[in-house]
Amino acid sequence: MILKKSLGIVFLSLILWFALYGFLPALSQWITYDIFRLSAGTRLASAAEFFVYDSAKVLMLLVLIVFGVGILRTFFTPQHTRRILAGKKEFVGNILASLLGVVTPFCTCSAVPLFIGFVTAGVPLGVTLSFLISAPMINEIALVLLFGLFGWKIAFLYLGTGLAIAFAAGWLIGRLHMEKYVEEWVYKSMTGSVEEEKLTWPDRISAGWLSVRDIVGKVWIFVLMGIAVGAFIHGFVPENFLASVMGKKAWWSVPVSVLIGIPLYSNAAGIIPVVQALLEKGAALGTVLAFMMSVIGLSLPETIILRKVLKPRLIAVFLGVVGSGIMLIGFLFNWIL
Amino acid sequence: MKIEILGTGCPKCKQLAANAESAVGDLAIAAEIVKITEIDKIIGYGVMITPALVVDGVVVSAGKLLNKDEIKKILAR
Repeated sequence: MILKKSLGIVFLSLILWFALYGFLPALSQWITYDIFRLSAGTRLASAAEFFVYDSAKVLMLLVLIVFGVGILRTFFTPQHTRRILAGKKEFVGNILASLLGVVTPFCTCSAVPLFIGFVTAGVPLGVTLSFLISAPMINEIALVLLFGLFGWKIAFLYLGTGLAIAFAAGWLIGRLHMEKYVEEWVYKSMTGSVEEEKLTWPDRISAGWLSVRDIVGKVWIFVLMGIAVGAFIHGFVPENFLASVMGKKAWWSVPVSVLIGIPLYSNAAGIIPVVQALLEKGAALGTVLAFMMSVIGLSLPETIILRKVLKPRLIAVFLGVVGSGIMLIGFLFNWIL
Repeated sequence: MKIEILGTGCPKCKQLAANAESAVGDLAIAAEIVKITEIDKIIGYGVMITPALVVDGVVVSAGKLLNKDEIKKILAR
């Protein structure tokens, strides 16, 4: 009974979602020209239509994806992921860890218990780090925003390059055999085990709604602010303004972007509208991609938290390898595109 | 009843502790609420994602910011 009811609600919501999404262009025109009575062709009207359409589209995509990911994540608890990764060979383990990092629920403040839980269960160090790189760097909100604002190509580019960096950096650190640079107490800690609760489909669906409430409830304001800033820059900053500092020819802009990105810590929702504005004003895609990944993936707070379990040398290697990976991606894309 | 909130001090953990307090207040039961911030104790419970809620030594929820009603439901069991 409960199952039928919750599936019914999901089904109805999906129909409503698609109907509304299909009407968005017409709806935003109606709001701009009929409700606010802006006259067509003016700069203000086109900015307003852009804002209404873009924010509605992004928020709707966000709700859909966060709901889907919320359900998906009930299948990938950290315990489950650890069980998959424990005892895996390094190469395959790194690939799996990067992929699982995308779907396993993660928050920066849990990085330390997660690290210890993985390492003590026999997940190799490099594989654990692949997971810890991929989990914050590839973020469903960023993916949705990139998809909504730039289309699927850039969204996939972000997903693919993020996975590649997580895999390669973790694998490389594994090759360097740096286990002795993990704080000794980590290996001595006693790990208990949690009995996993059995989830039914209604439980999973309600977890989906819960994550919509939590995540969308938290980021919608940043999304709207970001799109507003984007709309403003769109209208008032001259075209190609950034071409000389962040364009393809300025090779040094890639490492500088990565360095600037490390201490900057922002959630994906805040950074992507900035990305959009940068790209529009003549910054090169590779440079911008590197900047974004550095801001989201290499964060100072996470590094400080990881210092509890990793010795300075391993921290430095971690930052160095991931940072170089991001830079490489930046150069690569500036070169091929 | 002993209720432990596991968390390294992130905003979600504090919120969970506050929710647990008001749940206990609503149910009018005698319960001691303790915040556990030491990593080794958190790991000792086998928790890898915080915040977690432990009732009488049993982990009942991990990685979720439960609201007051959800905690009440758990405590009533």
